[in-house]
Amino acid sequence: MRAPLPAPRGAVSKRLLESLLGAEDVARDVVDDESGPERDPEDDALALFVLHELHYRGFEGVDERWEWSPRLAPLRHRLETDLENDLRARWLASGATVPEAGAAGGHDVPTLLAELVAAEDGPSLARHVQRHATREQAESLLRQRSLYHLKEADPTTWVIPRLESGPKAAMLEVQFDEYGNGDPARMHHRLFEDGLRASGIDAGYGRHVDEASTEVLEQNNALTMFGLHRRLRGAAIGHFAAFEATSSVPSRQLSQGLARLGFPPEMCAYYDEHVEADAVHEQVVLRDICAAVVAAEPEQLDEVLFGAWVCLDLETRTARATLAAWGAA
Amino acid sequence: MSIERSERSERPTIVLCPGGPMLVRGEAVVQTQDGATHRTTRPVSAICRCGATSRAPWCDGTHKLLPKERRPD
Repeated sequence: MRAPLPAPRGAVSKRLLESLLGAEDVARDVVDDESGPERDPEDDALALFVLHELHYRGFEGVDERWEWSPRLAPLRHRLETDLENDLRARWLASGATVPEAGAAGGHDVPTLLAELVAAEDGPSLARHVQRHATREQAESLLRQRSLYHLKEADPTTWVIPRLESGPKAAMLEVQFDEYGNGDPARMHHRLFEDGLRASGIDAGYGRHVDEASTEVLEQNNALTMFGLHRRLRGAAIGHFAAFEATSSVPSRQLSQGLARLGFPPEMCAYYDEHVEADAVHEQVVLRDICAAVVAAEPEQLDEVLFGAWVCLDLETRTARATLAAWGAA
Repeated sequence: MSIERSERSERPTIVLCPGGPMLVRGEAVVQTQDGATHRTTRPVSAICRCGATSRAPWCDGTHKLLPKERRPD
């Protein structure tokens, strides 16, 4: 069964969800809520998440023609513009320094990205799960992570046709590994599904959207937006680099924490796989994708660093919000 | 086309990452100090060079937690 439509979280998502239940060809325009200039970040985040999911697996009972419907385009454009503007404003305000482009000999892109990642000192959900989290907290985290992990690697796959041969070949090397090297049982999103099922958690696609925090929705939205817009390809690969570069060590901590809490081996195996796989992916993405793209298009350096920063920033915000909700901040 | 061909021909099968692991492209069997053999299972594999991995012979990212002088060249 396809994913159920989530519950609305405000006027914008309510209007969108109601429209999606009708046939696309007879619908009126899905206009934005114009009741006032006040934006509700949670409502907006859910609406954009739903719009993006039309490009992945869709929803039960929703006309598939909605995916490319011009009736949805104005709302999606407004939501993506707001999200991108927010992210860029925060990136500028963060004071993260971007080196002058065009210096002789170019930039050592892997080192710049590694330094950006190393400078991030936000709280870590993985460390909390490793040592302190309760079973209930860990289950809640797994349900919220399922929004991404059940479509793991898919948002990045959108970028492949936008790359030249060198970085494209390197991205295929990484993605083939993400997709189980041809074995569906080893596919990363399948490993997560198997882990959830063994843990007694509903492993169906899109089943836990109602539980996801605004921050988790925004993580998914930024990733999909970067993937779906050719213009944002630099940010997409930068995000990919930061994601892979911050995965191995936290995956080991999560595996240890889940084992401590008595989760089954299938759930730990998902994270064990990422300890090794992402140690490889990090190197390939930094050198053979990001460095290669910047060498060919030096103006993409800022975008690559922006995308990496967004990945780190959104994870920090998710960690802060989640730890605060657990009284563990 | 000629650019693509030369790019492919110069593509390394073994890469030493500064401060990090050794990447190996394609299938390989790695023998560790204890004589045990480990077959690669990925398009690219990362072999630990810092000696601190918990999943020998594969890299587990631990080199990043070491002080710079203890990381491989």
